[in-house]
Amino acid sequence: MKILVCISNVPDTTSKINFTEGDTKFDTNGVQFVINPNDEFGLTRAMWFKEKQGATVHVVTVGGQQTEPTIRKALAIGADEAIRVNAEPKDGFFVAQQLAEVVKNGDYDLVIAGRESIDYNGGMVPGILATLLDMNFVNTCIGLEIDGSNATAIREIDGGKEKITTSLPLIIGGQKGLVEESDLRIPNMRGIMMARKKALNVVEPVDATPLTHDQKFEKPAAKGPVKLVDAGNVGELVELLHNEAKVI
Amino acid sequence: MSVLVYTESLKGKFKKNAFEVASYAHKVAQELGTTVTAVAFNASDDASLGNYGVSKVLKVSDESLATFNAKAYADTLAQAAKAEGAKVIILSSSADTKFLAPILTAKLTAGYVPNVVEAPESTSPFVVKRTAFSNKGFAFTEISSEIKIIGVSNNAFGVMENNVSASVEDFNPSLNDNVFSVKSAEVDRVTGKVTIADADIVVSGGRGLKGPENWGMVEELADVLGAATACSKPVSDMGWRPHSEHVGQTGKPVASNLYIAIGISGAIQHLAGVSSSKVKVVINNDPEAPFFKAADYGIVGDAFEVVPELIEKLKEFKAQNA
Repeated sequence: MKILVCISNVPDTTSKINFTEGDTKFDTNGVQFVINPNDEFGLTRAMWFKEKQGATVHVVTVGGQQTEPTIRKALAIGADEAIRVNAEPKDGFFVAQQLAEVVKNGDYDLVIAGRESIDYNGGMVPGILATLLDMNFVNTCIGLEIDGSNATAIREIDGGKEKITTSLPLIIGGQKGLVEESDLRIPNMRGIMMARKKALNVVEPVDATPLTHDQKFEKPAAKGPVKLVDAGNVGELVELLHNEAKVI
Repeated sequence: MSVLVYTESLKGKFKKNAFEVASYAHKVAQELGTTVTAVAFNASDDASLGNYGVSKVLKVSDESLATFNAKAYADTLAQAAKAEGAKVIILSSSADTKFLAPILTAKLTAGYVPNVVEAPESTSPFVVKRTAFSNKGFAFTEISSEIKIIGVSNNAFGVMENNVSASVEDFNPSLNDNVFSVKSAEVDRVTGKVTIADADIVVSGGRGLKGPENWGMVEELADVLGAATACSKPVSDMGWRPHSEHVGQTGKPVASNLYIAIGISGAIQHLAGVSSSKVKVVINNDPEAPFFKAADYGIVGDAFEVVPELIEKLKEFKAQNA
């Protein structure tokens, strides 16, 4: 089985978000970039398929040279090879078109992407990719088993979960649940050394037109101070929620 | 040329978000000088959409589509969009809709913007305001494709009544067999409980509750309020509560009218995930907890004393206002 894990290079979850150039760009100054958490759960599940079922695991990202430390980290965790499509991601449709070319050329059985990136939150790349390639697709995937060419996936739905049966070739939009938080791996020294010798192939982008464009950004309005209620007078909170906030 | 809206139903009954997206579609249609056409699958009360500004309902009645199927539903919506000449398609932010939206996007080469929080800022160029950076910011996004798809954030626009008379027409999509290559084998949906996505009120517990055995009072508080229960990331990571209750940046977003956080300190990732909630209440024994900076109301105190007291006061309040 040949697996491709799609990785988005995103600001660390603790990052403070600021904008620059007249609020038209995300300010990367002082920001630590990491593997998108939803993708990391998928990468870790892919490692399981590699170790238990002999799968080959490639990772791909669409981004400039500055994304290489993130993709190297995926190699240090245990991916066999990496591909970087040398283009700044313009929108979800643009990225999916780039990835479609990589999937076609690599003949992958399973493509694992995250449900969404935690920066632009488009949540569309795996679904567009699957449709462009006419591959099976399961979103918000929290469990995945592969047996030959058959796949059983668990999908998170509003208020529960759904078991889905399908077959390879398959694309999933994954999230926590594919593996547990405690299963995530921190690269060790040996992994980091080995990652230096692994192939990181840079490919040039195909022509693709984005369909959307972020014109400008805005930070949420500053919040007024909290209104404190004395712990001995809980009834006052009920009153405030009813008469002032009007939410109960 | 109408605005197309996908109105979701569950077991024949429209979901609340169906009325919200219909309301949104009506607003867009007014601005474009056109009308709203809804697509509904196996719903029983199609004409009720007229209360929210829908002029025409394309009614799909197909037993094979009784269970949600992303590919088949997306195919149907694409065919409906073509039949109606729709240039704008309005969707919700439910898990099912976020599953079908990218498929529809690719089928129609239509720019898709999810997590939209307001009516379009302008329709020419077409610009919408959406959340970005996991609710730590907003983006004003222009859609340049001929067909545009908008995913409206839960509880962002609200339900608005606009009474029009809705005509109901049968719509029979032509579906290829391969849409069933991804098959639902089993649906395990909690019944009789409000889901986080649909809830007006969410009650959430954190590590300050010390252990899963103490969740009884969280559930009782949720019961009194008709609320959904949720939890912070560490609580789900430790297995005290199921992942499906984890709210925050890597969990579910919350956009309820009222969010009550008990024993949650308020890590930046958690605050981002719940920031779309309109009113936030924090109960924590640590006055320095970051959540107090993000909340509207707060009580500094021991949750094990404050929450039972709050339950009592709410019961009294409910009894008086029943």
